[in-house]
Amino acid sequence: MRQRFLNRINFTDIALGIIGVALVGLIVVGSFRTLAEGNYTTRQWLDFVVFGIAQGSIYALIALGYTLVYGILRMINFAHSEVFMAGSFTAYFAAAAMAKSGFLEANTFVAILILFGVGMVTSIIVGVLVERIAYRPLRRAPRLVPLITAIGASEVLKYVFKGLYGDQFKAYPEIEALKGSFTFGDFNITRIQVVVILSAALLMLGLYLYVQHTKVGKAMRAVSEDKDIAALMGINVDAIIVRTFVLGAALAGAAGILYALTFRQVNFFMGFFPGIKAFTAAVLGGIGNIPGAMVGGIFLGLFESVGPILFLDGLNVPAPYQLKDVIAFSMLVLVLLFRPSGILGERLSRSKA
Amino acid sequence: MTMLELDNIHTYYGNIHALKGISITVDKGEIVTLIGANGAGKTTTLRTITGLLKPRNGTVKLDGEDIARHKANDIVYKGIAMVPEGRGIFARLTVTENLDMGAYSRNSKTEYDTDIQRVFGLFPRLKERRNQIAGTLSGGEQQMLATGRALMAHPTLLLMDEPSMGLAPVLVELIFETIQQINKEGVTVLLVEQNALMALSIANRGYVLQSGMIVLQDSAEALKKDPTVQKAYLGME
Ligand SMILES: Nc1ncnc2c1ncn2[C@@H]1O[C@H](COP(=O)(O)OP(=O)(O)O)[C@@H](O)[C@H]1O
Ligand SMILES: [Mg+2]
Repeated sequence: MRQRFLNRINFTDIALGIIGVALVGLIVVGSFRTLAEGNYTTRQWLDFVVFGIAQGSIYALIALGYTLVYGILRMINFAHSEVFMAGSFTAYFAAAAMAKSGFLEANTFVAILILFGVGMVTSIIVGVLVERIAYRPLRRAPRLVPLITAIGASEVLKYVFKGLYGDQFKAYPEIEALKGSFTFGDFNITRIQVVVILSAALLMLGLYLYVQHTKVGKAMRAVSEDKDIAALMGINVDAIIVRTFVLGAALAGAAGILYALTFRQVNFFMGFFPGIKAFTAAVLGGIGNIPGAMVGGIFLGLFESVGPILFLDGLNVPAPYQLKDVIAFSMLVLVLLFRPSGILGERLSRSKA
Repeated sequence: MTMLELDNIHTYYGNIHALKGISITVDKGEIVTLIGANGAGKTTTLRTITGLLKPRNGTVKLDGEDIARHKANDIVYKGIAMVPEGRGIFARLTVTENLDMGAYSRNSKTEYDTDIQRVFGLFPRLKERRNQIAGTLSGGEQQMLATGRALMAHPTLLLMDEPSMGLAPVLVELIFETIQQINKEGVTVLLVEQNALMALSIANRGYVLQSGMIVLQDSAEALKKDPTVQKAYLGME
């Protein structure tokens, strides 16, 4: 009995266990000391939280694209970060033109809708082209092949857009109506954060209802379980796959606009960090799992915004906030090590590949 | 009147020659069974009819039209539905959503309503569990669901791949009774079974498949009395 128990535990498990305990210990001690020192006011903590949620909403929108495509094709669409970039970068020209003509200030609401339209349509076109050109011909190939193609597609897209729009950062115009913030006691939220959180929430609700209740949404879920059986129902599997790419790309395009409104800088390389973080969020939530991607995105945003200060400041780590990218990537590695099925626990091994 | 006619079908998996010149006919209104040991090619035959596999040679004619090179997702629009081997339900969808997928090829809401009532009439258990996630159903209930889902497509020809597999005898009984009832309502049935005795007891005619070839074909009555069938498939000495 005992022998069998010992046999089941191997060296990797022990090493992982020790690392896990050490990390949790570090986080607990760090947080405790940070809070005990009281260097940050309630207001500052609330700011971190709001920033985290806004940032996390953007991650969540992008993460949904990874998860939707993974759910249906069991592949990581590494070109998705460029689908995001394409929408954001292209919409810059619309924003600049509308700023120049005065339309942006005169009709801000319509102008922002136009930005979303341009960003989403561009992302959809790029996303669908990638599927058609880079992935569909490889549908029956071993899984590693489309993965490599995806990385290739990502590189190609970056340099196509560099060629098209140049390698300079472009600054999105500032929008007067989006300046300023709302304050309730210690709680402070910028107008842009309100726009980001509300738009993301609306889009995610829309996606959820679409996938859950429409005929196409149900067909998507059926295709993600078994393509052959889905075809026997009369479902055109390729058409459903295209729709999935369209949905994911549309959300990435919208995320691109929200990102641009928040950070106001775009260039051909801008997809890299949000892309890899959204991928982390998707893995966190259990890749292939739609609510998981939403929760994972918000969680990562919060973790990244609150975590560095909370965990590291008390440990006297200098400039903890600059470590936020490190924290996000450590998180990806840790999740892959400890819970590859994600926090919501959809098991990869059990899903029909 | 001939409804389905397979003529000299050869199907391959890569280099594996799985069907070596199969010819089968199914007349309108019949129950025809295809029996054979594990690996004989029964599933491959059904997958070839539904377009999931393309034969290298031969024709699959439905009401005279060659459908062998049609896409799998067009076949259901021709009136063919399949209850796949191992049931193939969508485990993460609810019972109702599975039935909805069965009706994917249908457009009329009123017909959908009558069809779903018919399925719930045949399988009251499905009605009780209509909001349950299909993966949590028992084996028997999953078989009912797979059958009900196929019926939602309103097929004229129903293909069934080993519906009795892994079921308790009572449930096998129920499924076979249902097949007879569906057939009485006008649906032609091509039934693949390893449970040869049950299959021959409800079928009009049967084919015996062995290593990708039809080795015997006759009326169900005659096959039941055939010594080689009795020995190999009915477990009699
Ligand atoms: N996906 C596949 N790839 C290669 N060979 C297969 C595949 N599926 C079935 N076969 C082979 O084709 C033959 C017929 O299989 P099948 O039609 O599944 O038999 P049955 O349904 O009668 O048990 C078997 O020899 C089997 O090994
Ligand atoms: Mg079989």
